[in-house]
Amino acid sequence: MTYRATLGATTWTFEGLADLMAKASPLRSGDVLAGIAATSAQHNVAAKMALADTPLKAFLDQALVPYETDEVTRLILDGHDAAAFAPVASLTVGAFRDWLLSEIATPAALAQLAPGLTPEMVAAVSKLMRNQDLILAASKCRVTTRFRDTIGLPGTMAVRLQPNHPTDDPAGITASILDGLLYGCGDAVIGINPASDNLSVLADLTRLMDDLIQRFTIPTQSCVLTHVTTAIQLIERGAPVDLVFQSIAGTEAANASFGVTLALLKEGLDAGRSLNRGTVGDNVMYFETGQGSALSAGAHHGIDQQTLEARAYGVARAFEPLLVNSVVGFIGPEYLYDGKQIIRAGLEDHFCGKLLGAPLGVDVCYTNHAEADQDDMDSLLTLLATAGVTFVMGVPGADDVMLNYQSTSFHDALYVRELLGLKRAPEFEAWLERARIVGADGRLAPRVAGHPLLTAGART
Amino acid sequence: MSAPVTPDPWTALRRHTPARIALGRTGSSLPTAEVLAFALAHAQARDAVHAAFDAEGVAAAIEALGLATTIVDSAAPDRASYLRRPDLGRTLSAAGRAALAPGSCDLAIVIADGLSSTAVHAHAAPLVEALLPAVRAAGWRVGPVVVARQARVALGDAVGELLGARLVILLVGERPGLSSPDSLGAYITFAPRVGRTDAMRNCVSNIRAEGLSYAAAAFKLAWHTREALRLGLTGVGLKDESDTALLGGAPALP
Repeated sequence: MTYRATLGATTWTFEGLADLMAKASPLRSGDVLAGIAATSAQHNVAAKMALADTPLKAFLDQALVPYETDEVTRLILDGHDAAAFAPVASLTVGAFRDWLLSEIATPAALAQLAPGLTPEMVAAVSKLMRNQDLILAASKCRVTTRFRDTIGLPGTMAVRLQPNHPTDDPAGITASILDGLLYGCGDAVIGINPASDNLSVLADLTRLMDDLIQRFTIPTQSCVLTHVTTAIQLIERGAPVDLVFQSIAGTEAANASFGVTLALLKEGLDAGRSLNRGTVGDNVMYFETGQGSALSAGAHHGIDQQTLEARAYGVARAFEPLLVNSVVGFIGPEYLYDGKQIIRAGLEDHFCGKLLGAPLGVDVCYTNHAEADQDDMDSLLTLLATAGVTFVMGVPGADDVMLNYQSTSFHDALYVRELLGLKRAPEFEAWLERARIVGADGRLAPRVAGHPLLTAGART
Repeated sequence: MSAPVTPDPWTALRRHTPARIALGRTGSSLPTAEVLAFALAHAQARDAVHAAFDAEGVAAAIEALGLATTIVDSAAPDRASYLRRPDLGRTLSAAGRAALAPGSCDLAIVIADGLSSTAVHAHAAPLVEALLPAVRAAGWRVGPVVVARQARVALGDAVGELLGARLVILLVGERPGLSSPDSLGAYITFAPRVGRTDAMRNCVSNIRAEGLSYAAAAFKLAWHTREALRLGLTGVGLKDESDTALLGGAPALP
């Protein structure tokens, strides 16, 4: 089907929904690299206008990635809840934007709507939204998940404590964990990106975190971010695995490049749940995503990177994850060139994930060859915190010495808490207060040299 | 009046990790000294990415070792294009193709600016110098050393193919980290042809003063070259066992 928009004397045409979506996407280097971006500013707006007039239902009738050859498309369309979709079923994409920003779209209405929305619908409407629209609509979405604490309650923001070390040195990792806990971080997860893929090293890291969590009865969970098949092996060998991690993307072929299928993710979910280690819930999956991953794998089917990213959340939500993390600026400038593109993508990803019902956190980050710096990260962090982001990263001093990129720090988390009054997960905040790390107001308590956590650190 | 900075009473933990821990705070925020230290580290990394590549200087240092050199450009016309279009950085410019005379050699060496000219300026020539004794001892025929501007790793495939090399070693400035702005990487690819994937290469990385020394890196490169030429492959099928070789083949201790 051909879509058209007439601006003055010029009529722009778009061959099919995929082309329309790509041309309507806000400019980013990855779509230019793929050769599918709008060729001028007016071309982009013309596509937005044609997209605004397109019925939401079109995305149920026309699969952007073929149903027959892509299991992600089948997951999305077979799982579509027509009854939940009913309140917006007659709307165009443009009218859906108005609906989302209106008083009708309450938190309860949005939660009921989520199973009726496909990733493509959500991506489409995001392309018509300004940053403030993405923030306001996302702030009305409530997604709550549980394992040993409760993530995503209104007025809270959690932090993943990321204590990476270039050689997985246990004392080095422990030092960073203690630093983070004493800065009041770690309620989302204590999650290590290992340098090694050696099974016994990974088992040791899993035990290291479990020992600390058990010894101090910390209401949080641990994760070693390794391939799902490795996590399953760790579970089979009796390692105390809390969360099962996997990087995922929005097409079957891109997932294949990560070495996963939907069936394998289900195996990971079942293995994680079989241990019954959660105390207040059984959300055991931790997913990471990022715009550009499908193009990077040569598996994008001519679809723009933002739409494919939303499809990754369509995959994620099917496995009831505790956490979904868009690692927004990690992939590099050939996909998101500068601070402006990274900020826009972070807000899009958060909005799309939340509207689909996924517990979206964002790794607010950049690499040193991107046109971005700490000021851009401050901006995105502040905007996401106002939008109600589920969690962000906590990296010592914002400098990940293993992955060689810059993320957000323990101090950054304190900054947004102070600025916006955001609390931690309630179980974790209560623990921090009992451990005299924070006071009753949630702010850091005066430092004590002989804190029991530090005594523990000295033993390692 | 003293500054209102609250120190962290666990600075002793810093000896365990290069991570930025125990930074202290003023209110919820970083102390001024830490903000500036971070800014300096980022500035060093940024300058490493954008510093102009002195290809002539690198070529002169290589020629001083007694090796012929050729300078080529990738198809990326400038740094901004290079960063946006990885495909251009993997392709030789037309002039670059013309500059490389077809021939035959065992080993082609390519020096690519990659993402850190700083790393290449500092480490490329000393590493080649450290490698030469092993090359001469083995009697490997070396093609002209190609110095490539705005180049990525896969450009070595095109160069190696044109030079008729059995194997290519490409030295490249690695993506700079905040604490490692001058890290050099080396990629070894057997039977270089356009279209080789990264799974078909071996890599020796983190070559810099605080990381892998020239001597250790040269040893690993020579080991990989010898094994690759013997087995006829590089990549996932060639596991780095050079540590064992260093120990004289002694079995690992229990």
